[in-house]
Amino acid sequence: MSLILAAESLAELITTSLTGCGECSVAIAAVIHVVLVVAFFGLPAGIFIWAERKVSARIQDRLGPTRVGGRFGWLQSLADGAKLVQKEDLAPKAADKFLFRIAPYVVVIASLAAFMFLPFTDGWSAVSLDVGLFLLFGMLSLEVIGVILAGYASGSKWALFGGMREAAQMVSYEIPMSICAVIPIVMAGTLNLNEVVHFQLAGGEGLTPVGWMSWNVIHPVAGPAFIVYFVCATASCKRAPFDLAEAESELVAGFLTEYSGMRWSFFFLAEYASMFLVSAVAAILFLGGWDDGFGIVRTLKGSSTDVLDPSVILGNLIGAVILIAKASKLVLLQIWVRWTLPRLRIDQVMTTCLKYLLPMACALFLAAVVYPMAMVLKTGRPQFMSPSNTSRVTVDESIASESEVEVAAVDGEVTE
Amino acid sequence: MTIEQFLFALFAFLTCAGAISVVICQNVVRMAFSLIICLASVSALFFLLSADFVGATQLMVYVGGTVVLLIFGVMLTSSSTLMQIRTSPAEGFLAAGIGVLFLSVFSFTVWSVDWEKNEAKLEGVTAVDVPPQGYNEESSGNTVRPLAMSFVGLRPDKAGNAPGYLLPFEIVSVHLLVVLIGAAYLARTKRRVPAES
Repeated sequence: MSLILAAESLAELITTSLTGCGECSVAIAAVIHVVLVVAFFGLPAGIFIWAERKVSARIQDRLGPTRVGGRFGWLQSLADGAKLVQKEDLAPKAADKFLFRIAPYVVVIASLAAFMFLPFTDGWSAVSLDVGLFLLFGMLSLEVIGVILAGYASGSKWALFGGMREAAQMVSYEIPMSICAVIPIVMAGTLNLNEVVHFQLAGGEGLTPVGWMSWNVIHPVAGPAFIVYFVCATASCKRAPFDLAEAESELVAGFLTEYSGMRWSFFFLAEYASMFLVSAVAAILFLGGWDDGFGIVRTLKGSSTDVLDPSVILGNLIGAVILIAKASKLVLLQIWVRWTLPRLRIDQVMTTCLKYLLPMACALFLAAVVYPMAMVLKTGRPQFMSPSNTSRVTVDESIASESEVEVAAVDGEVTE
Repeated sequence: MTIEQFLFALFAFLTCAGAISVVICQNVVRMAFSLIICLASVSALFFLLSADFVGATQLMVYVGGTVVLLIFGVMLTSSSTLMQIRTSPAEGFLAAGIGVLFLSVFSFTVWSVDWEKNEAKLEGVTAVDVPPQGYNEESSGNTVRPLAMSFVGLRPDKAGNAPGYLLPFEIVSVHLLVVLIGAAYLARTKRRVPAES
């Protein structure tokens, strides 16, 4: 239970400093975690909404926001937020009022809850579980319920169409996305996101670190999987060219048609937060997580296991900055794609997923399973870039020789 | 009251409230929403029991998968946008009778246990004193690895190797596939219209 509440290390720190506190130390640690997670949920949304305005403006040869908050209009998101808070909270007459009001909260809670399982740097996650990635995707998949409810409860044809498109799109794109996310999991042999990064840092269990060359994206199977994953992740955030659910030229605003004010902005908050989330997951699974690629973080942290060691804290902080930078780059890529590519038709969206991305994901998954075996047999090392590891090979050989003995025994029985 | 007890009370209440409102609601989508609350709270109860994999699966399969398909199906099939379900008094009477019978079976089971005697037996014995085989305090809550191991036959709860769960799993999944194909086939069959009509 204490592990599920997750505040383990922080709780321990607090109990050692605040003696005679017992249960309340867990509570304090939980509150700290919640505050941090909410901050990381809300901040990217504000920053990326501003970035979206700026990037789209530059792509369209405009200036974008320039006045609010000084030169670059960097307070624009705050101004937007203040404007949205003041708007009247409307619910249409034809709407199912209860579901209409609760739908934005479902979306926000699903997106926020998924942040609990995201490690921002080595071990710095609110909840570190062995089912980390599985649970993260489980939480993210709840987002679609809110969107469907919003589309259904609005009592508007536009919203209903948007909701139905969203449901069809999410249900189909989740499949190749999950299969691609499983590929690094298969390679690392764990669902724990923390350990997936450690696997990439070391280039395999028991191997010497080789820097950025052992990141999964360099791997001949996981590299293409990263691309497929990222396409599906863009679609799962309902971003253009897959924004069929809110296609403004066809459906007014899709499932958002009837919403206004804070409830409308909740949907956007969740959208930008989940964009950041899927990008951070991509960075963790494929781009080496908090690793800089040249061993700076690793050298800083050294072999010290003390969480309060200043060099470890510094290393972890740099790692967090690196991970957030990688995730932000991917979010910027999503923004770039949105303002460059035209929207697909709904049948093209389905064709892309079911006829192209899904077979690709399946083939890559199969390749990811076969590849290490073929590599070990051929070259004696599980990955192309990683140095050969004699101890590992000898283990494999001993297994091989055992099976040969078994085969020989069976042969003997047959000949007898 | 510890945090665990409080959380258990909260999620148990939410589970029951969700389940009851599934029965009481007349609107299909509201029913589905109540079902989501009920199933998500059940998964929270699994987490409280440190069964993280089962909890995550509950969330992924039931809440994220089944209920979404259910709502999707309702949206595709219902003729009016807000479909209502009205039950006849006879149906209500029948359902209430079955419910009362179930409740009596459960309460009979609970009351027939001699709790005082059991607690007296457990006094002085903590869970740590008698850990199940393959269980340790550190890995409590992380059930993925033991589950995966026992899947292929490396059972932590049995000495050495024991039959794994791979074959039963395969049989169940093939069965599920057959059901899905059958359902798709039944749904897509064209009804032959007699030529004269």
